[in-house]
Amino acid sequence: MRLSELKKGAYAVVREVEDAEAADPIARRLRELGFVNGEPVRIVASGPLGGDPLLVQIGFTRFALRRAEAARVLVTSGDAA
Amino acid sequence: MSAAAGTLRVALVGNPNSGKTALFNRLTGSQQKVANYAGVTVERKEGRFVAPSGRVVQLLDLPGAYSLDAASPDEAITRDICEGRYPGESAPDLIVCVADATNLRLHLRFVLEIQRLGRPLVLALNMMDAARARGVRIDVAALEAALGVPVVETVAVQRGGAAGLVARLDAGTPAPRAAAVAAVPAEDDLHARVRALLAAAVSMPRATSAVDDAIDRVALHPVAGLAILAAVMFLIFQAVFSWAAPLQDAITAAVTAAGEWTGGALAGLPLLHSLVTDGLFAGLGTVLAFLPQILILFLFILMLEESGYLPRAAFLLDRMMFAAGLTGRSFIPLLSSFACAIPGIMATRSIPDPRDRLTTILVAPLMTCSARLPVYTLLIAAFIPRRSVLGVFGLQGFVLFVLYFAGIASALAVAYVMKRLRRDKSEHALLMELPSYRLPHPRDVAIGLWERAKIFLRRVTGIILALTVLLWFLSSFPAPPEGATQPAIDYSLAGMIGHWMTYVFAPVGFNWQICVALIPGLAAREVAVSSLATVYAMSASGGEDAVAAQLGTAIAAQWPLATALSLLAWYVFAPQCMSTLAVIRRETNSWRNVWIAAGYLFALAYLASLATYQIARMFGA
Repeated sequence: MRLSELKKGAYAVVREVEDAEAADPIARRLRELGFVNGEPVRIVASGPLGGDPLLVQIGFTRFALRRAEAARVLVTSGDAA
Repeated sequence: MSAAAGTLRVALVGNPNSGKTALFNRLTGSQQKVANYAGVTVERKEGRFVAPSGRVVQLLDLPGAYSLDAASPDEAITRDICEGRYPGESAPDLIVCVADATNLRLHLRFVLEIQRLGRPLVLALNMMDAARARGVRIDVAALEAALGVPVVETVAVQRGGAAGLVARLDAGTPAPRAAAVAAVPAEDDLHARVRALLAAAVSMPRATSAVDDAIDRVALHPVAGLAILAAVMFLIFQAVFSWAAPLQDAITAAVTAAGEWTGGALAGLPLLHSLVTDGLFAGLGTVLAFLPQILILFLFILMLEESGYLPRAAFLLDRMMFAAGLTGRSFIPLLSSFACAIPGIMATRSIPDPRDRLTTILVAPLMTCSARLPVYTLLIAAFIPRRSVLGVFGLQGFVLFVLYFAGIASALAVAYVMKRLRRDKSEHALLMELPSYRLPHPRDVAIGLWERAKIFLRRVTGIILALTVLLWFLSSFPAPPEGATQPAIDYSLAGMIGHWMTYVFAPVGFNWQICVALIPGLAAREVAVSSLATVYAMSASGGEDAVAAQLGTAIAAQWPLATALSLLAWYVFAPQCMSTLAVIRRETNSWRNVWIAAGYLFALAYLASLATYQIARMFGA
C-alpha cells in the first residue's frame, strides 16, 4: 500500500519510494530524508482541510508531506511494529 | 594553509533546524557581516572570533541543507562552497558539521555525505542539553571511532556551550581519514551506515519528545489548532497596531522637528530649504514611520520561527494556500502584509522554494496594509452615508470590509492565474520538517531583529531617498510664475504630467487634481491625502485631522460618488508605495520582478477603477 493510504496513528514499514517521473527530484529527496527500505513510519496527524497534508514520523523526525508526495512511498502496513 | 597567515577559515554546515545559526551567534556574537551571495538572494553570513591561543577564526555560516544533491539555490551554494568550487569563495580550511543530538537519524546522513568530500571535518553534536533531558545517551568516543572524525558536544544556547568546539578548533586541523572517503556509497548504503553508527554509539529511549507530542496534539488539532493560530495572529495584530502607533507618531514628530531645525539654518536659500524639508526630511519621515511596525512584526515572526511554531501554522493552512497556487509557508508573510507589505515580503525568506517565494512576494502588496487606511477613511467618511444595511451593519463599515475582501480575493486569484500561466508546471514539494519546540533565545531574536532593521535602513533607504528627491523635483519645478493664483504644484512638472494624465484617467473618473496628487503619492499611499490637500490648497494649520476633515468636505462637494468609488478601487491594487517596490528589488535581486509587480498592479488598478466608475455611472452615481 501507499503511505497516503495509511490511517492516522497507524504504523508501517517503508518498502521503497517510487519515481512519479523520470529522475523525480521529490522521490530523491524523500529517500535522502530517510524514506528507504526497512524504515518504520507512522502517520501522526493530518491537516484540518481534507486531511492534507500528512504529518509523518520517520526516525526521530516529523515531516509534513502533501498526499501527492506521500503517494510515492510504498509501505508494508504492520501495526505490530 | 590560508592566505591570511594564522587565520583559520571555517565553514559551518548542517541540516536545517540543527541549531547551526544559534551556534554561529554563540561563537561570533556581534562580530557578524550579513550580505547576499553575488547574483542570488541567499544570505551570506560571516563572522570571526579569536580563540584562546590568539588564533583568529573566520567563520562562514552556510545555508542549511538536507543533502549535497541540491534541491534549492541555498543548498547549491552550500554544496559549491564545501566542494571548493564556488566562484569568489576559497574552499574552507575546515568544515564544522552541526548535528542536532536529538535528531541523529536524519542528521548523521548529511555528516556522512560531507565526510565523502574528504576535507578536514569536525562534528558538533548540538543541543546536547535537550538530548540529555530526553534521556538520549551518546557514546562520543565510540561515535568518534566509528566515524573517524573528531566529535565535540555543544549547547549553542548556553554560555560557554561552544567551549569544547573552540578548543578543538584551536588544537589544529584534523586530517581527514582516508578509509572513510574511499567508497562512494549509494543512498541505501548511507542510511545503512547511519543505522550502524546509531547502533554503535547512541541509545534513544523514545523516538520523539513527550513535550512535542503533547503540544502537537493540541496545536495541530483540526479545531483547536486553527483556534490557537487565530488567537496568535489576533495577538500579533493587536500588538502591532497598539504598540507601533505611538512610536510612529514619535518618529514622525522627531523627523519633522529635525527637518524644521535644519530648514531654519537654510532659511536664506529657499531652494535648498525646500529640498531639505519637503524632499529629504519628508521622505525620510515617510520611510522611518514604517520602522516600528516592521520591527514589532519581525519580533513576532522571529519568535514564531525560533519556537518552531511557524511550520506548524504552515501545516494547518497548506491545503488552503496550495489550492490557490501558494504554499502553507506563504500564510504568515501574507498575513503580516496586512500591517505592512515590507516585513511581509522580507518574511518570505522562510519559504525555501524559489517559485513559491516569488509568487508570495508578488501578491503580498495586494493585502490591505495599514497605509491604505487614511485614504479609505477619507473617502468613506466623505462619500458613504452613515446608514445601516440589514439593520445591524453600518454601510461605511461594510464598504471597508468589501475593500479588504477585494484585496484577499484578488491575491488568491492572481496567485492562481500565475500558477496557470507559468511555463514551469512541475510539482514543487511541501516536504517540510516540523522541528522540536524550543524557547526562543533572546540573543538570537535580537540579532535577527537587528539584521532586518539594518537591511531595511541601509538597502532600502537609498532607493527611497533617490525617488523622494526625484518626486520633490517633479513637484517643485518649474516654480510658479509671478502672481500665480493656483497652488505651486499646479505649475510644476508634476502638475503638467497630472494634466496630461487626465486623458488616460478620464474614463476612470479621475479629475486633474487626483492625477496630480497621484504623483507625489507614489512615495506612500497615505501621502495621497496630504498631496490632495496641497492640490486643493488646504491650509495646513490645525494638524492632519483638521486638514483631512476640511478636504473631506471639499471633495464631497466637488466629486461625483462614482469618482470616489473609482479611487477606492484604485487603492485596492495600485502599488503606490516605493518602499514595497524597493523591498521587492532587494529581496528578489531583480528589477524585472519590480516591473512585473508594478505593471500588473497598476493594470489591475486601472481596470478595477474603470469597471467601478463605469458601473457606478450606469447606476447614476
